[in-house]
Amino acid sequence: MPEHASTPPAVRLRGITKRFPGVVANDGVDFEAAAGEVHALLGENGAGKTTLSNVMTGLYRPDGGSIELYGRPVEFRSPRDALDAGVSMVHQHFRLVGAFTVAENVVLGDHRGEARTFRLRPRRIERRVAELGEQYGLAVNPRAKIWQLSLGEQQRVEILKALYRESRVLILDEPTAVLTPQEAETLFVTLRSMADDGRTIVFISHKLNEVKAVAERVTVLRGGRSVATAPTTDATPQSLAELMVGRELAAIRPERVEVPVEDETLLEVEDLWADGDRGETALRGVSLRIRAGEILAVAGVAGNGQRELAETITGLRPATRGLISVRGKRLRGGDPRRAIRAGIAHVPEDRLGTGVAPSLDVASNAALKSYRGQGPFLRRRLIRRRADELIRTFDVRGATHATPARQLSGGNLQKVVLGREFSAKPTVLVAASPTRGLDVAAMASVHGYLREAAAEGMAILLISEDLDEILALAHRVVVLYEGELAGEVDPHGATVNEIGLLMAGGSRA
Amino acid sequence: MTIRIERRLEQPHWLAVAVPSASIVLALLLTGAVLLVTGHDPVHAYHRLFDAAFVGKDALTQTLVSATPLAFTGLAAAAAFRMQLFNIGAEGQLYFGAIFAAATALYLHSWPSALLIAAMVVAGAVGGAAWAAIPGVLRAFCRTNEIITSLMLNYVAALILNYLIFDSLSYWRDTSTPEAKVFPQGKMLPGGANWPSWGIVHSGPGLVIPLGFGVAVLVAVGLWALYSRTRFGFEVQVLGDSPRAARYAGIRTRRKILAVMCLSGAIAGIGGASQDGDFRHLLDPRGLQQAGYGYAGIVVAALGRYNPFAVVLISVLLGGLQNAGYALQGADFPSGLVGVMEGLILFSALGCELLRRYRVRVVRRTGHEPTVPATEPTS
Repeated sequence: MPEHASTPPAVRLRGITKRFPGVVANDGVDFEAAAGEVHALLGENGAGKTTLSNVMTGLYRPDGGSIELYGRPVEFRSPRDALDAGVSMVHQHFRLVGAFTVAENVVLGDHRGEARTFRLRPRRIERRVAELGEQYGLAVNPRAKIWQLSLGEQQRVEILKALYRESRVLILDEPTAVLTPQEAETLFVTLRSMADDGRTIVFISHKLNEVKAVAERVTVLRGGRSVATAPTTDATPQSLAELMVGRELAAIRPERVEVPVEDETLLEVEDLWADGDRGETALRGVSLRIRAGEILAVAGVAGNGQRELAETITGLRPATRGLISVRGKRLRGGDPRRAIRAGIAHVPEDRLGTGVAPSLDVASNAALKSYRGQGPFLRRRLIRRRADELIRTFDVRGATHATPARQLSGGNLQKVVLGREFSAKPTVLVAASPTRGLDVAAMASVHGYLREAAAEGMAILLISEDLDEILALAHRVVVLYEGELAGEVDPHGATVNEIGLLMAGGSRA
Repeated sequence: MTIRIERRLEQPHWLAVAVPSASIVLALLLTGAVLLVTGHDPVHAYHRLFDAAFVGKDALTQTLVSATPLAFTGLAAAAAFRMQLFNIGAEGQLYFGAIFAAATALYLHSWPSALLIAAMVVAGAVGGAAWAAIPGVLRAFCRTNEIITSLMLNYVAALILNYLIFDSLSYWRDTSTPEAKVFPQGKMLPGGANWPSWGIVHSGPGLVIPLGFGVAVLVAVGLWALYSRTRFGFEVQVLGDSPRAARYAGIRTRRKILAVMCLSGAIAGIGGASQDGDFRHLLDPRGLQQAGYGYAGIVVAALGRYNPFAVVLISVLLGGLQNAGYALQGADFPSGLVGVMEGLILFSALGCELLRRYRVRVVRRTGHEPTVPATEPTS
């Protein structure tokens, strides 16, 4: 529908370059999106998508290149310049004030007309927010406080913010990561209707089917460069994946491989209760049982107790009630060291802050759980040698044992974490979102390691929001909803829709 | 043309030496400007200052006397900072070290000197550690901000110190003569409690090294070994970098917080013992309080970038400055000069930190297109 030869594109980036210490995040990126278009920005993690969007919204100043909006060159000195020019962004991590109402958040940071006056007139803002919500199918109560809202609702508030400011360009960074499949569908409808109004939607993702579903055109980034722009009608998931990775891939969807399960129960969780960070009850009587060689997946929308479940089993969070036992031996909770000794390995959700100490080198991080040798002294040479071994066996690229962990890409960092956790020969592995943010190739190798570990007789608790991953890996799937197990599904027969319904709190028909 | 400040892509090694040196030169220039404006000859003033600090007769010896407590409090601050703990309480911990060491010396007066001195060191360390344990426990178990608690406890420690000598007939107070009852002061410590010193250079200006300074150097070596070679040091490093990663790795974070606070306090406490044994030979509240060793130690640690060896070196430099300040006080020497200089050194050192991480580049503009540099500046 767009593409008039005479009108300049709504957004045109030429040769955008942005360097950080040790990396060139964007290397001469070209990007164009027309008014009235949903344009997807696709790329592996670390391909430079987020950096590019931060350049577009004035958070970063590019080291080179130019930005044009509707044919006029612009230079953003701050996010405010970008907002004034009509460019808004919905970040992966929402920028909302929890204690404020929806309407207050919408008007926050707005400095035109209404919001400029000293006195806030909440009624008028609330009315406008309600109007916009109705028009675009973004149902949310303007007077609700942010902390009362689900992540999906919070995302709607972020979009309302952009609409309220009359932004003409809206960038969304991986917006579906926190949504159920059904919620994602609704979001796509909203985005379409915004584009039909002549706005430009830049949709950042690394999920191929979403890109096909919502966007008209797609630009693929790889290694900080823009490698292609194409209409999505011509593209197949296969061809997009090849552009992203830069080589042919055997299969995109992880293939199901059966791993035989033994009878011995390795991890048993009974009636587990725990509190969340704000003192709310986050886990309500969860019971699980995982046998040797079994991968049990916990599905659910983020924030329904998954993190608390992983942390409680691994001792990072004390349980308020319930039992955890490993090989039939009861584990005293709330103590990570005991959990490690009992043979529980943990791949945490937050790789960089929890899984490793980011400023320390790879050697130290590889030794994070095994440095306790004999005596008070560190065995530096041994630690370095083990790190070198880990780098070799787990194919960690672009790093030596002396590289600070924070300089590793997500995939390589995850390999270090996995390598370390496996090296202790654990009984149970708790893996929380082990492939979140990883690219297709890294994802495949992580899946490979998990399968291998299960084949060797480990019990694996896989917590994930990626249903494709769950269906490919798990022997059994349970769904966590508001801290309770909403049900168990058989991955052989289940469809994404069926699990999605449980994730949203509906019971199976 | 515009000036752009941008992040360095890498930090070359020579910067680690060049930047601090440049910041000292900058501080000297700034102080020089202050001197000129106030009608003094900067070259003359600097000459005298340098002379009094490092060259003149006994200058270096006196400088070490000033440097010794700074080295201890600096090492104390550096020890805690390794774990991102801000122990502002070295001042109070030093007082407690002095109180404990003095009591030990008075009580064990009949012991042979070597043993007595060793006992004083231990007592000083215990006193400082005990006082530091208060903010340590509060931080570890109640998550109280250690900056505030350790700072406030300095005043409590000062009041206790004054009380012991001025407001009570305590064990430390000299009550032997009627005079001492009117003009309160501490009991003289026994002769065996006088820490020895060694004359290294006898000709020229001469150099006498007090035992306390030697102990400070030993503590620096020990601290370095502890933090780079032991499990404890590894755990402290992990905890300093990411407390969540430390907990995840099964490190007992509360114990470690308490241990590091006590370690820091113990080092400051040994500084207090050295004050008793090396220089004052009695518990001397006024003398201990007038210099603000604890606070100066934070400056020393910051300038030394929390490296134990650099901390000792910097303590000698700042000690020299303080010593020269005392020596030169008089009508013809601006009395605030040393304070001004110390302030400017810290100011420019912190300011120049920026240059380690950022690079200033002048960009010439031609039309709309921002210039892209053809080549990366070499590092």
